[in-house]
Amino acid sequence: MKKPNVHPYIPNSVPEVKEEMLREVGARDADELYRQMIPERLLLKSPMDLPDPLTSELDLRRHVEGLMAGDGSCSEYLSFLGGGCWNHYVPEVCDVIASRSEFLTAYAGGVYSDLGRYQAIYEFQSLIGELVDMDVSCIPTYDWGAAAGNAVRMASRITGRKEILVPKTISPARLSIISNFCDSANKPDGIIIKSVGYDRETGALDLGDLEDKISDSTAGIYFENPSYLGVIEPRCEEITGMTHDHGAIAVAGVDPISLGVLSPPGEYDADICCGEAQPLGIHMYAGGGSCGFLASKDEERFVGEYPARMLSITDTEVEGEYAYGQVRYERTSYIARESAKDWVGTTTGLWAIVSAVYMSLMGPRGMRELGEGLLQRSHYAARLLEEVEGVSVPFRAFFKEFPVNFDAAGVKVSEVNSRLLEEGIFGGQDVSEEFPELGQCGLYCVTEKHTKADLQRLADTLREAL
Amino acid sequence: MDGDAPRRYHAPVWSEPLILELTSPGERGIVTPAVDEEIRKAVGDASSLVPASARRRRSPGLPELSQAQVLRHYLRLSQMTLGMELDIDIGVGTCTMKYSPKVNERLVAGMADVHPLQDEETMQGLLEIIYKFGDVFLREISGMDAFSFQPPGGSAAAYNNAVIMRKYHEVNGELAQRNEIITTIFSHPCDAACPATAGFNLVTIYPDPETGLPDTEALKAAVSERTAGMFITNPEDTGIFNPEIDEWTKMVHEVGGLCSYDQANANAIMGVTRAREAGFDMCFFNLHKTFSSPHGSSGPGCGGVGVVKELEEFLPVPVVVHRDGKYHLDFDRPNSIGRIRDFMGNVQVVLRSYAWCMAMGAWGLREAAEVSMINNQYLEKKLLEVRGVTKPYSTEGRIDQTRWSLEKMKEETGVGVGDLNRRVIDYGIQSFFTSHHPWIVAEPFTPEPCETYSKADIDYWVSVVQRVSDEAYSDPELVRSAPHNAAIHKIKSTPFDDPDRWAMTWRAYLKKRGKR
Repeated sequence: MKKPNVHPYIPNSVPEVKEEMLREVGARDADELYRQMIPERLLLKSPMDLPDPLTSELDLRRHVEGLMAGDGSCSEYLSFLGGGCWNHYVPEVCDVIASRSEFLTAYAGGVYSDLGRYQAIYEFQSLIGELVDMDVSCIPTYDWGAAAGNAVRMASRITGRKEILVPKTISPARLSIISNFCDSANKPDGIIIKSVGYDRETGALDLGDLEDKISDSTAGIYFENPSYLGVIEPRCEEITGMTHDHGAIAVAGVDPISLGVLSPPGEYDADICCGEAQPLGIHMYAGGGSCGFLASKDEERFVGEYPARMLSITDTEVEGEYAYGQVRYERTSYIARESAKDWVGTTTGLWAIVSAVYMSLMGPRGMRELGEGLLQRSHYAARLLEEVEGVSVPFRAFFKEFPVNFDAAGVKVSEVNSRLLEEGIFGGQDVSEEFPELGQCGLYCVTEKHTKADLQRLADTLREAL
Repeated sequence: MDGDAPRRYHAPVWSEPLILELTSPGERGIVTPAVDEEIRKAVGDASSLVPASARRRRSPGLPELSQAQVLRHYLRLSQMTLGMELDIDIGVGTCTMKYSPKVNERLVAGMADVHPLQDEETMQGLLEIIYKFGDVFLREISGMDAFSFQPPGGSAAAYNNAVIMRKYHEVNGELAQRNEIITTIFSHPCDAACPATAGFNLVTIYPDPETGLPDTEALKAAVSERTAGMFITNPEDTGIFNPEIDEWTKMVHEVGGLCSYDQANANAIMGVTRAREAGFDMCFFNLHKTFSSPHGSSGPGCGGVGVVKELEEFLPVPVVVHRDGKYHLDFDRPNSIGRIRDFMGNVQVVLRSYAWCMAMGAWGLREAAEVSMINNQYLEKKLLEVRGVTKPYSTEGRIDQTRWSLEKMKEETGVGVGDLNRRVIDYGIQSFFTSHHPWIVAEPFTPEPCETYSKADIDYWVSVVQRVSDEAYSDPELVRSAPHNAAIHKIKSTPFDDPDRWAMTWRAYLKKRGKR
């Protein structure tokens, strides 16, 4: 075992200091102290067998950068991947604030010491509220799936019912997360998930099937706009109306980047809203940029069922000063342990702050223009692709993602993607196993990062490849 | 400066309005890329691409501000955040507020634009790092056999383990019978809440009131054929290491249960004692605590899960595997619990943890543990000299942290831990972690002086507690009316339980104050 003398991350590794402290506490060495607290039989007998340390910062950097040197990313490749993590542009100011030491390394300080962090998170809640047109939001959760899982459990508790309807077009990964939230070791306590079909022509929710499946046993319906397959849901108001007619809770899942142009959940009378804030100024980090959010109507029956911490604004002894505090903190598992409304923990605070910065930079005009641009680029891309022989686009009303079908070309999506990869392109995610009824489909995502030339390159490369 | 005397500090006071109050119509913070004219011509107006019923009717009430104004606002908010790097953050026990090396941020920036669904061939380096952090480092540190980094936080990992336990008993056909999980009151609340959310009934064991030691007799009485498993922290939040922990896991195993180890308090036992020898089947480490990834204003974090070979089949998918000289994402696991989080979790956190371990090596990890433990013994010696501060429970040895009490001070002066927590800020010290609930120890606080802090740091920190104690006994009102040097004054009203007054968004605030 290599033993450097002093480690830069451990000031008291200076031998003289360590010895002085040991003297102060009356011990010869650390082992003597450990033996007083941990039984001999549980103590490791030999040093751990690990690689020699790279204590030089430069050596460490060379090592890690060397490991990743062969990796590619959406900077070098032309990427059309989406499916829950999206390659949107991150404004420089977002990165500057994300790297601020105070926000990056803070954790659990109180409002008096960390006022700015509380205000930034409160602004996240407030800005999400504006975007989704709802009056209540909370600190963020892990990802869209966790937010949806929280939301459907809230719906079940509010109604006392045990059945949730979800769209068949949901992302299988997201559904798996929700299922893990809904299942119970005590089976009768578990929430049953039923799936509602979609219209094969439009990709939108099949309202006839919803009508058949919704009943007075339904706790809530969770629906998405746009859907995992990118389709804009045209009949949200009818969905929430039907839900309310049965005394159930309407939960809308949204991509917030769409809300400059698409109707927000508050406008179509959803009760709870959830979604993924990663498009709002957060890098993808191979999936590490996920940040789920929740919002709802400002009614006690909803607020009382949130598992997450949520901040309210308040005042101080000095006129005009704002402060912030935890709403109904006793409902959280930090206080109530096993009697809590689900569990809560460390989630994605930094991403909440970054997305607040993003929403502030964009403003209403930026959100509208970005949304319009996404619509125009994605539809243009779809048209270019449809001009390629053997390629078709099954749905017409979509936002930034759309399935692309290769059946007529007689090739598998996996083969298409391999050929594209050779040309430096990440083709759309293969969804042929997730949605076999759609045939050989890739889910393509177009963002503001794509230029006309990029889209043309994709079409040309496909034409060559097929 | 006067030796160890607390320094004069004042937080920045920017009196910064909410960003929504700063709005100035017409301004904008960034311009999005224009759509090519040919694209516009080809597809027409964007609104024609959205069904009329799905178009937004009212523009979102987001602020309109120029770029410098947005930057200035959030910089001011960051300045009004004491956080952890500006101060000596010893007070926040159970959270291991250790230094997050800056070089690791540069390494993470290198993977900012990686999409999680990229072809494996284009992520071999990243997958190797994830694989080796588990297979090389956590394997040696924990003794477990297989790992997952999908759980995006400590509580999420506890939930992951509860779901694995549920699946394990279900596959064995014993779930209907096994509906009880055992925990201790000094284990983190997630060890109770997560199994409860997964549908289990909880049995909570209280410590011996005299010694503070986990009560082995109570465990004997609790285990039965109904036991699905145990979720436990060790050392517990009191800093006390359960010396019979291997007996505990044995007792749970004897009735057919599984044992999950919450290693949130593992910082001072790395390379000293392991989950494997203590008899655990599963464990998790908070990579944003023990393994140096920054806490990020509460996330993103990672609960690195380790399990024994027998439970590997239940891990969430995908699992990073090494086959035929390449790294792969393995989805083909029929008994997997599925997903706890989308994609691979917070892999940037794993990258930082890997880099930290590579910088430490076996010696460095053990040194970090030893120094953290010695720091706590040293802090104890100093704090015991402060008037009004007591160390509850007769068990002497506390590993990484100690749960202290200000009950005596409260009785003698009226100054309790809430007051202390506001007053220390006036000396530039982050407020303390008190205790999870319920407060078994009265007026609790729980400092954790991990390896990041120097002897001088600890001396300074104690000098602040000493000063506040002096003030409590000489001028208690000074402490009770604190903070005096913070960005704001004491909160006046608490609308936090009142539906008519709470306001979780600015728009709700305006409505409730009759301003909109």
